[in-house]
Amino acid sequence: MTDDQRPDPDALLAQIHAEERRDGRGRLRIYFGSSAGVGKTYAMLVAARKLLAEGVDVVAGVIETHGRSETSALLDGLPVLPARQVEYRGRRLGEFDLDAALARRAGLMLVDELAHANVAGSRHPKRWQDVEELLAAGIDVYSTLNVQHLESLNDVVGGITGIVVHETLPDTFFDRADEIVMVDTPADELIERLHAGKVYLPAQAERAAKNFFRKGNLMALRELALRRTADRIEDDVQAYRTDRSIAKVWKTEGALLCCIGPQEGSEHVVRSAARLAQQLAVTWHAVYVETPALQRLPAARREGILQAVKLAQDLGASAAVLSGQDVAQALVAHARGNNLARLVIGQGGRSAWLPRRSLGQALSRMAPDIDRFEVGQDHRPQTAASPRPEVDEAAAGAALQARRYGLAAAVCGVTTLLTHLMVPYFDLANIVMVFLLSVVCVAVWLGRGPAVLAAFVSVAAFDFFFVAPRMSFAVSDVQYLLTFAIMLTVGLVTGQLTAGLRFQARVATHREARSRALFEAARDLSNTLTQEHAIEVAQAVIAREFRAQVAVYALDLDDRLQPPREAAAGLDLGTAQWSLDHGQAAGLGTDTLAGSAWLYLPLKATMRSRGVLAVQPGEPRFLLVPEQRQQLETFAALTAMALERVHYIEVAQGATVQIESERLRNSLLAALSHDLRTPLAALVGSAEMLSTSQPPLAPAQLELAHGLSEKALRMADMVTNLLDMARIQSGEIRLRIEWQSVEEIIGGSVKAAHGSLGQRPLAIRIDPDVSLVECDAVLIERVMVNLLENVGKYTPADTCVEILATQREGQVEISVRDHGPGVPKGQEDAIFEKFTRGQAESATPGVGLGLAICRAIVEAHKGRIRVQPTPPHGATFSFTLPAGTPPVVDLAEDAQGSHAATGLQEER
Amino acid sequence: MSMNNPIVLVLEDEAEIRQFVCKSLSAEGWQVFEAATLKQGRIEVGTRRPDLVIADLGLPDGDGVDFVRELRAWSGVPIIVLSARTHESEKVAALDAGADDYITKPFGVAELLARTRANLRRIRAGRSTPELSFRFGDVEVDLAARCVRKAGAEVHLTPIEYRLLALLVANAGRVLTHPHMLREVWGPGHSQSTPYLRVYMGNLRQKLEADSAQPKYILTETGVGYRLLAD
Repeated sequence: MTDDQRPDPDALLAQIHAEERRDGRGRLRIYFGSSAGVGKTYAMLVAARKLLAEGVDVVAGVIETHGRSETSALLDGLPVLPARQVEYRGRRLGEFDLDAALARRAGLMLVDELAHANVAGSRHPKRWQDVEELLAAGIDVYSTLNVQHLESLNDVVGGITGIVVHETLPDTFFDRADEIVMVDTPADELIERLHAGKVYLPAQAERAAKNFFRKGNLMALRELALRRTADRIEDDVQAYRTDRSIAKVWKTEGALLCCIGPQEGSEHVVRSAARLAQQLAVTWHAVYVETPALQRLPAARREGILQAVKLAQDLGASAAVLSGQDVAQALVAHARGNNLARLVIGQGGRSAWLPRRSLGQALSRMAPDIDRFEVGQDHRPQTAASPRPEVDEAAAGAALQARRYGLAAAVCGVTTLLTHLMVPYFDLANIVMVFLLSVVCVAVWLGRGPAVLAAFVSVAAFDFFFVAPRMSFAVSDVQYLLTFAIMLTVGLVTGQLTAGLRFQARVATHREARSRALFEAARDLSNTLTQEHAIEVAQAVIAREFRAQVAVYALDLDDRLQPPREAAAGLDLGTAQWSLDHGQAAGLGTDTLAGSAWLYLPLKATMRSRGVLAVQPGEPRFLLVPEQRQQLETFAALTAMALERVHYIEVAQGATVQIESERLRNSLLAALSHDLRTPLAALVGSAEMLSTSQPPLAPAQLELAHGLSEKALRMADMVTNLLDMARIQSGEIRLRIEWQSVEEIIGGSVKAAHGSLGQRPLAIRIDPDVSLVECDAVLIERVMVNLLENVGKYTPADTCVEILATQREGQVEISVRDHGPGVPKGQEDAIFEKFTRGQAESATPGVGLGLAICRAIVEAHKGRIRVQPTPPHGATFSFTLPAGTPPVVDLAEDAQGSHAATGLQEER
Repeated sequence: MSMNNPIVLVLEDEAEIRQFVCKSLSAEGWQVFEAATLKQGRIEVGTRRPDLVIADLGLPDGDGVDFVRELRAWSGVPIIVLSARTHESEKVAALDAGADDYITKPFGVAELLARTRANLRRIRAGRSTPELSFRFGDVEVDLAARCVRKAGAEVHLTPIEYRLLALLVANAGRVLTHPHMLREVWGPGHSQSTPYLRVYMGNLRQKLEADSAQPKYILTETGVGYRLLAD
């Protein structure tokens, strides 16, 4: 019992999915009515005005007032989105502007006439798909719908009113709407409104529409609309019950299987099955079983069948095309395999191999436990089929057939001649064997029909030429009747069997070819090492397999789509981008930009999409077959994986090369540093040796020796600067960030720059709140030394220098202020460039790298460096470092210890 | 070892540098032995028993850091490292291997001689009875009384400040790396607490130096550690 009360995991999962889907998605409310004129648009506008008054950002995306004054009066004061003007066959039409609506990002968008079909060339063929995109973008939508536009009720309404509507809305979309508001008007009132001219009727359809607005029709439509709403509300109730875990309401069993037959009217069966599944609240499958006989159907008919399969898919079924010899057998196998307990079939569906038994009977014999629903014939007037160019095709097929039958007859003739020669030497019983052999051969080579012909012709020839009385069909010995019967039977049975075998062999070959193609594609793609190669291989493989033109849009390093190497007609980057962004297929055979000649599939790999595959099949019909489409998607997945693998190979190679070149650069710089410094060290040492040598040098020579040593030391500094710049240039500043004492850094730099500063008076002022700063001490000391050395170079020897450290607004600022000539006006930024010096040519040594290094180091610390004039003259170089939050150094414990130590001292 | 003529071993592969280093040192009264390769250096250091070793890091047949580590394993002789390598991490590596001091090329003779004197004094001090007091500038550290006087007036130090100062005094002239000081003063668990070290060193300078921003004795070896300069 407790088990029964437990919430069904499937149901809960479905609910979680629904909530996830709703998360971030806009909400959709549909005003639903039985016919035009009931006041849906009016009701929608009234509700919208109320929300507008409450401060909701309501925008009228598209409203069809049909010139009704009451309705257009409600539009006053509502912001209206301007319509997009489209040229279509010489006329200008106003269409809903989806892009403007997405850009506007209103809180609530009003989109009238949900089932409206967009003008050819729009992004989506149907307006409801525009609405879907709005919802996906998180925009709430109010819309309107008439009952006759619902896909599953379309033919029923057509049957009632005699008018077929082409603008339809999939039921799945209707059922996914968050709210349905039924707008109801009694039939009499509606007719009154019609007479009062309050119902819009297009002039050209006035007569038909008048027929439509008969009381009987209106009542039937009203009932349909009310029932559909009731069904929908029951769904809501069920959802509510699932939500509250009141009881297990969804049946996991009892799913439907709809059999799509080859005959006209299969779409009616599909719609009925969809309705049934909806009423039973079960999932449903739709399959088309292709038998050898059905393979010989004309192309146009097969396309019609595939359209029915697609319709089933659109109505929410999982669709498949099976191949098998026996429809009933294949159906039962599929039903058992997918745990489907109910079958929906059309009436008059005949089992191909048991012509006298209907498919229903075959099914009940094979699987008595599966419920069957037989759907009645569709009485709806069929839309006049456009004349199809199947005559040529049929003629070509007939010619081929005639040739095969002619061949069969010829084989019989040859056999007869041959046996005629054998008669003197062999028994008639053996002659029969030769005829049998020829029938079997015909069956194997030419198939079932010719085999049947051969069987009959052989019997006739045997009778006519060999059975006494010869040259007559009369039979004297009754025994031969049995021979004839057996011969005929053997011929028919072998023909049947071999034809079946041939079909199975063909299916097997087909399957093998498919898996071989996949295997080869996977193998070839796994051998590729570069993106270009992978794309090339994928294009070749897919083009061969699907007899199609193929193009691949790959992502470049900035994740932008690159157009394919070889441009082909009709390719559109915008569509490809849409497909990539939405992770959905677009173009041919899809719901988005179906007018395109190309199908765009996103190349989805494990981590992310890697590009877009564009395919233009030789025969667009190909893409309607679910298996073909799946195969294509498998190829796309293979390509995507190959591209992802190649991408990571490139990333890894790039990293290896970078590590390697960095190592090389480091050892090169280290060697350079060593080789330049060593001779300088010898030079300095020798010069100093000279100056201290005994006996002492004459003053002039002594000065020379000092100068030598000083210049060598300065050169060593320049080498350091050059090597540092080389390191910085190669992007290799690796900061060793630690909490450093500002005072220490300043002290260290003053000591290092002591020689350059000479006798200049130096004042250091460090604000008390500046203590620790997070930086690389060696590099920041280098900045300070360079700044101080510049002071030494560019200011008179007796001017004073100040070093200031302050903290404000989260930045520690360190300044070096001199009172020299200052930086020339307009040069404040230029001096931080490489090889720029205060004076173009001067006796002051240096190469102009010092400040460039300073800037590179400071910027690597996320700080800024600048120069300002010091009043009245001079320059102030200052740089900032982010102050951060220094660690709290707790001195309290130690301070307590200090008392103890003092106490100890006092004791002594 | 003769007290008057201390022995120094110069391990340097560049002939010019070796020549001027040797000349300057013998002029100072050192008894100088030379080696140009690591192999020769190992033999010399084993047979001559020098009082000081001056070693280049970039040698043709090996890395000087390895030589320092080997030597430190069996001898306490002061080692001064000469290096053309400027990266601080390399200096720290040499000091951690057991070197006492380092000089970056190019260097002046005066600087070299000052360092050799400081190291020789420390080794002699270590050998004689421990000194009871130590002086630098106007500061006098009374090691026996654990008290510090600056210009005659007593300076109050916290226990940690005193331990830091004592460590510097015991290694006067030597470069002490940050990890070494942290280990000695705070114990082995505090090798990451360099901000503490910096703050305490700052305090020590405030109390003992005339101008803490331009210290004369308690010197910062940027990126490496600290050194107490004795005069």
